Formats: sequence, C-alpha cells, structure tokens
Amino acid sequence: MFKLESLILLLSIALPAAALAQSPEQKGLEIAQAARAYDKGFTDFTANMVMTLKNKSGQTSRRLIRIRTLEVEGDGDKSLSIFDEPADVKGTKMLTYSHGLEPDDQWLYLPALKKVKRISSRNKSGPFMGSTFAFEDLGSQEVEKYTYRYLRNEPCGEMNCYVMERYPAYKFSGYTRQVVWLDTEGYRVVRVEYYDRKKSLLKTLIASDFQQYLGRYWRPRLMDMVNHQTGKSTLLEWKDYEFKTGLTDRDFRSQTLKRIK
Amino acid sequence: MRRAVSGLGLLLISVSAAAEFSGNVAAEAAIFSESPQFEDQFDDNVTFSFQPKWDGEWNDGDDLWSLELFLRVDDKDAGREHADIREALWLHVDGDNEWRIGINTMFWGVTESRHLVDVINQIDRVEGIDGEDKLGQPMIHLKRYQDWGVLDFLLLPGFRERTFQEKEGRLRTPLVVDTDQAEYESSDEERHVDYSLRFSQTYGDLDLGISWFKGTSRDPVLLPGFDDKGNPVLTPFYEQMTQAGVDAQLIYEDWIWRLEYIRREAESNDYDAYTAGFEYTFYGIMESVVDLGWLVEYSADSRPDDEADILNNDVFLGTRFGFNDAQSSEVLAGFFIDTDNQSRSFRVEGNRRFGESWKGTLELQTFSDIDPDDLLAALENDDFVLLEMAYYF
Repeated sequence: MFKLESLILLLSIALPAAALAQSPEQKGLEIAQAARAYDKGFTDFTANMVMTLKNKSGQTSRRLIRIRTLEVEGDGDKSLSIFDEPADVKGTKMLTYSHGLEPDDQWLYLPALKKVKRISSRNKSGPFMGSTFAFEDLGSQEVEKYTYRYLRNEPCGEMNCYVMERYPAYKFSGYTRQVVWLDTEGYRVVRVEYYDRKKSLLKTLIASDFQQYLGRYWRPRLMDMVNHQTGKSTLLEWKDYEFKTGLTDRDFRSQTLKRIK
Repeated sequence: MRRAVSGLGLLLISVSAAAEFSGNVAAEAAIFSESPQFEDQFDDNVTFSFQPKWDGEWNDGDDLWSLELFLRVDDKDAGREHADIREALWLHVDGDNEWRIGINTMFWGVTESRHLVDVINQIDRVEGIDGEDKLGQPMIHLKRYQDWGVLDFLLLPGFRERTFQEKEGRLRTPLVVDTDQAEYESSDEERHVDYSLRFSQTYGDLDLGISWFKGTSRDPVLLPGFDDKGNPVLTPFYEQMTQAGVDAQLIYEDWIWRLEYIRREAESNDYDAYTAGFEYTFYGIMESVVDLGWLVEYSADSRPDDEADILNNDVFLGTRFGFNDAQSSEVLAGFFIDTDNQSRSFRVEGNRRFGESWKGTLELQTFSDIDPDDLLAALENDDFVLLEMAYYF
C-alpha cells in the first residue's frame, strides 16, 4: 500500500514534466477527456428544438422536435426524439441507444402504421430530417468515437479556445476530419468545421448564445450548420432546457414508443 | 354527491383542456386503365377520407386516453364508404405493467411484403390490398416488462368482420362478398372472446417475437351462396383457429434480415406459412444523400394452391429510394412474382410533402401475365393510377 502511494506521488511530480513533452495527439485526447468529464453527471435533460431548414434560394421549412436524453453510466446516452412538426410526421418518434464505437441501436415509431420498427443505425452520414445536420453530428459524443490532435490555443470571441482536429474512429462516417474550437473553461464547442471524404470543407457549425444550467453544464441556444457545397443551412434553436427531470430507463424502452406523448 | 359531480366536471374540463387534436383529411382520385372485368364496376373514382385524433394524459403521464376515428366518403363504391373507431382507449401505466382497455389498433411483425403474425386486428380490406389498414379491435391488454422480455396478454371480446367492396368496386372478388350473410363456426358468433399472448425481446442486433392466438380467424373462408334476390354471391365464414407465430429481425451493417413464420390450425386446414428475406441499403448513392434499398422476400404456404391465399409461392422484389430532402420524398417500387405460374403484379408508390402541411402520394399498380387459375385473375383488368392529396393538422 505504502509503495503504491509513493508511486502515485512520484508520478504526480513527474507528470508536469511529461506534459511538456506530450504529443499533440495526447494533448488532444486529454482535452476531449476533460470536456467529457466536465459534462458528466447531468443525469438527464429534456428540451425543445425548432429546426429551420433553408435552401440556396432562401426558402425555409420548419420542424419541431422534443428531445429527452438519459445519461448512461459506462455507455453512450439514450435519447428520444418526438416529432411535432411538420404535421404529416407528427407522432413519429426515434429512440437511440448510442454505444461508443459499436453501432447504435435505433427504433422508429411510425404513427400511420402504428408500428415500432428497428432500423439500421448504419446511416451515420445521412441527413437528419432533410437538414444539413447528419445523424453523426447530433449523436452522443463519446471520447472513443474519435482520435485527436491538438493544434493551438486562440481567442474565440470573448473566450479562449483550444483548437484541435478529430478523426472519426467509428465506421461509416461521412468525414475524414473535423476541426473543433472549444473554450478552455467550460468546454463549450463554439465552432466545428467538417471535411468530407474527399478532404474538402463540407460544413461549418457555429454554436452561440450559451446558457449555463445547474451552475455547470453549458448548452448553446443556437446552432447554425452551413453546407458550403450545397448552399443549404439549418438553424437549431434550443428551448426550455430542463435537467435532472427524473427520467429513467423505463422512459426509453422501444415498446413504450407508441404510447409516449 | 354534489362534490362528486363537480369533481367529475372538473376532471372532464381538465381532460378536454389537455386534449390534443391532430389528424388528416384527404382526397383520392383513381383511374383504371382497362375496362372492367365484371359488370357494374366503375372506370374512375374520387373519394374523401377524414381521420381525426384526440388524445391526452393525466397523472403525470401514467394515464392516457385517445380517440381516433376514420371516415371514408365514396359515392361510387358503397362498400368503401364506412366509418370506424381505430382507437378509443384508456391506458394506465403501473410501473412495469401497462394496461390498455378499449379499442386499439396494433402492429406485430417485421416483413414488408406480407403480414403473417399480425392477427389481432381485422383488415380494412376496402382501404388497401396490402393488409396495412386495420379496423379497431376491442381489447383488454396487459403489457408486462421483465428483464428477460416483454409479455403481452390480450383478451379480445367482440369480433370485427372484414370489409369488402360492393359490386361497383374495383379490386374485388369475381362474385361480390355478401357481408350480411357472415356466419361463424362458434355458436357465440361475433361475441366469441379470443385471446392472445406474445413474448418479445431484443438480443443485441436481433429482435425476436413469439406469439399465440386462439379464437375467431380474421381471414374468412368465402363460400358460394345467393343473396336475397337470388344472385350468386360469396358468403364469409369465420372459423375458430389456433395460431402460433414467430417473427425475427437481424440487423448487420447495411443488411436487415427478416422472417415471419406461422402454424395455423383450423377446421378447414392445418398449415404452415412463412415469409423470409432481406433488405440491403446503399447509403448515399453516387456521393449524393439519396439512399437506395433493395428488398427481396419469399412467401410460401403449405396449403394446396386452390386453398392458399394470393402469396402461396411468391417472390417480392422491391426497391426503395429515400431522397433525404426537405420534402421527405420517397419512392417504393416492387414486383410480386408467382414462381409457379409467373403471374406478376407491380406497384410503385411515391410521396412527398408540399409546404408544411400537405402530402401528395402517387401510386401505380399493374397486373400482368396473370394465370387464369391464379387468385389474381379477378384483378387482371384492374391496373390503376391513384393520386392522393392529404392535409395534415
């Protein structure tokens, strides 16, 4: 026991020196781990999302989606999306159990058929509801889903940001890499650039108007995703965030999808 | 007493205040390209449908109620003009138990081209030949969640008869089915109480369901007879049956494998039937966001040909385009081919959203090289194009 403690002591003295010599990959991973650790313990949240799709000629169309998310110890989050608009998809629900590198489990409830359908989560790079957000952009961001490379620190608005690259480690991503700006204090992801399979810039996400919940967890009110190749964009407005609402596993069962309101 | 009444009034007010209203109203126009095979059948038709739904919850979501109606107005086909209660339900959640009491519509099974294990609800045949439109079924249903799976116990008092077109309708049997002459094997007739059990569970990428049903068969045997004017007709006879079913789906990357199998025992026949196949999807074809899926399913039935239903030894080949655009455009096209006699039916259906509240559907169905002995022979001249515009609220 005494030996272990002295080993830890030794390491804690040696670590700062090691940090000086750490590689950009190690530093990137450490930032990602710290960001994930910072966000841990939110337990669950509910929120409403207004999604406005805009095409090249400026025409817009709107979706209303309610989100419920449950933090899962030792695995990815469970998440439920309930569609309220457009009216023809009203009552459609999507349930996702995300799992780091393993494929997610996903179910869809189709109100016209009154059918719960297990669907393939293979479609990571596909557009979510016709928007410029892909399924993989909205999924639970586990540390092991990427490998990382720290680039630099630089000011971002009034904050100071880490800038790092991340490379998808999961199968079937639509991206070769992403460049992420996240602030050094609350790990707010303020900007992400997405590079497609041909390594050219595909999309930019800008998140803004961050609010802090439970004195800790930061969430943006606005997320704007521009596709540079198609000229389309999608604005997500997050409303009515509530944390620790008492959701449990029982609220995220595939067979309850039909009844959930 | 007065307190109880005002309490009830208060409950009604709070329930109606919490009610949500949604649904759709739709107009459908169909044109049949060939002259009809049977007397009195129309060449084209316009019909309207209305499907409103009210629902609400109380006790923090532990109690829910819902009412969903369906109404079709059809000037030319009296058999299609009908109203139905799809849902009139009280749902109570008690921990790992869920009680549903009232009228409900449910869906069991996984295959796309045929629905073998799905026997709780009667088919609303006049609404479509794919068996996906169903009549509301009265039930007391307990769903129980266990660590090792979900159990469904259903008690089904009250039987719904299948709907059939009348003589003006297309896509019908050569002789009209006279639903007024429905007969039953059980002396309890339509009041026979049926029951059903189901076990279902997810094992990683595999979903499994095992079901059991005992009671009045939803599929009538159609017997020759005469109507009150002495014209030859078919009369539906509803047998008692016992059915065991298995449905399974396995997802692996771009593949989805599906199987439904049933064993059915009844007075007229004991038989096995299954549908099995796969769906393979190419995501983002040609570097676009369009998904292209291929579906192959085979259906077999152990009954002799003249007693089996349409899908006795048939292959379904289908393709599905998902455009992933803002209008949620989709196209599904498929062939049924009878491997015994090469009779073919082809169907393509496309739909997309218009604006925020409208949805348009275009459907085309053809029947070709139909063997005169095939059950499809009655539909041989019923190729049609159908356009539906629906407003959702």
